[in-house]
Amino acid sequence: MIPSDLHYTKEHEWVRVEGDVATVGITQHAADQLGDIVFVELPEPGKRLEQFATFGVVESVKAVSDLFAPVAGEVLEGNPGLATTPEVVNSDPYGAGWMLRVRLSDPAQVGQLLDAAAYEALTAEG
Amino acid sequence: MTEPKLRADGSRATPLLSRHEALGARMIDFGGWWMPVQYTSILEEHRAVRQRAGIFDLSHMGELFVEGPEAGAALAGALVTDPPSLAVGRAHYSMICAPDGGVIDDLIVYRLAKDRFLVVANASNAPVVSDALAERLDGLRAVLDDRSLATALVAVQGPASRGILGPLTDVDLGALHYYAIAEGSVAGIPALVARTGYTGEDGFEIFVDGPAAGELWDILVAAGAPAGLLPVGLGARDTLRLEAGMPLYGNELDRATTPFEAGLGRVVKLAKPEGFVGRDALARAAEAGPRRLLVGLVVRGRGIGRHGYPVWSGDRRTGVITSGTQSPTLGVPIAMAYVAPGDATVGTMLDVEIREGRAAAEVVPLPFYSRAR
Repeated sequence: MIPSDLHYTKEHEWVRVEGDVATVGITQHAADQLGDIVFVELPEPGKRLEQFATFGVVESVKAVSDLFAPVAGEVLEGNPGLATTPEVVNSDPYGAGWMLRVRLSDPAQVGQLLDAAAYEALTAEG
Repeated sequence: MTEPKLRADGSRATPLLSRHEALGARMIDFGGWWMPVQYTSILEEHRAVRQRAGIFDLSHMGELFVEGPEAGAALAGALVTDPPSLAVGRAHYSMICAPDGGVIDDLIVYRLAKDRFLVVANASNAPVVSDALAERLDGLRAVLDDRSLATALVAVQGPASRGILGPLTDVDLGALHYYAIAEGSVAGIPALVARTGYTGEDGFEIFVDGPAAGELWDILVAAGAPAGLLPVGLGARDTLRLEAGMPLYGNELDRATTPFEAGLGRVVKLAKPEGFVGRDALARAAEAGPRRLLVGLVVRGRGIGRHGYPVWSGDRRTGVITSGTQSPTLGVPIAMAYVAPGDATVGTMLDVEIREGRAAAEVVPLPFYSRAR
């Protein structure tokens, strides 16, 4: 269910680190809680993100929710597909529903995130 | 009479709670009731009602029966409409206003017999409406019977609803006009069947005694399954009514709003000879003209306007959004908003403040969506 190769925030974002590039999205749990996602607002390339600061917004039919950066870095690109098909965040949150690619400014920050087991325990608490 | 169970958090459970739980619904407290907000997906449930049919538990609504030789006259003095003008078996949209003209609640009034009416109030307002009606009926030969807790209401809405309900009821649905009601039975269960709803589709609302609601629900769900009927929660009920341009009390209507501002002036019968509570204030409001008007907006820029977001005309703040979402049917962000009368003309371009930015929005006619007839 919860991919073991990713790291997670308590706010339900995930990050996949490959070299100095991180891919960021929200978890299946977050997508399920939000319901049908109809809009995603992402920062422009070049924008600098602070770890755990808000970087965008995801909206379902009923709710508006902030997105929090798992790591600091410079935005390389946002997922262009989400402008027209935001619903892929519901159907494939760890794949086609990715949100950002970021150049890490401090790869050691990943150590401050949850691993899959810790994240699973968090969501099991409700 | 069976009183609904009071839950630990103080909210009431409808007789259909076990059905919602078995379906895995996400539940919320709404107007003091523990209600399903969605079963599977708001979009899926919304589309089921637009294209096929949906079934709703609306047992949280208030059912207030008013009976007696002066029932009609009493309601005429209590509400902004003229219930005695209704033919038996017909209904109309109405409001109950405070002496200062503010809206206490919006209502549907059904005339069940010459001297018997059913007033349906919103769940969160039902106790207030009940108290106000009791006070306004005082001294007249009319009795209020508040059956809100004893009555269940199940709605079947959508183009397939007539085909689903027809074979189950002895009510002639072909003869049951829009905004009409008839006494009969559904699957042998005594019921009031009304052709009313809050979705913008053809559909029916079925009032039964609480203990019969489970059996009614099961029979309708089974009968509707081949037609693609889905259970629909309050989430899709809200997007359906918003597309249909229908006001929601607490969003478009409240005590600080007059019917004229909400575009509902046609409902107010100022000329009723005996007057009614709020008449003088409403007559003055009609004379003065509204300070703001309810409009439909389509956001043309990026973003979704939500309840409470400010609306701007250039650098002048002209108003605020009362309801907004991404329209499932139209695929664009829609909203209702109060704006200055000068900004309310269809075609006017305004800006919606969305977080740190602004998005262009166009004033469009209401409703956003009308079904093909």
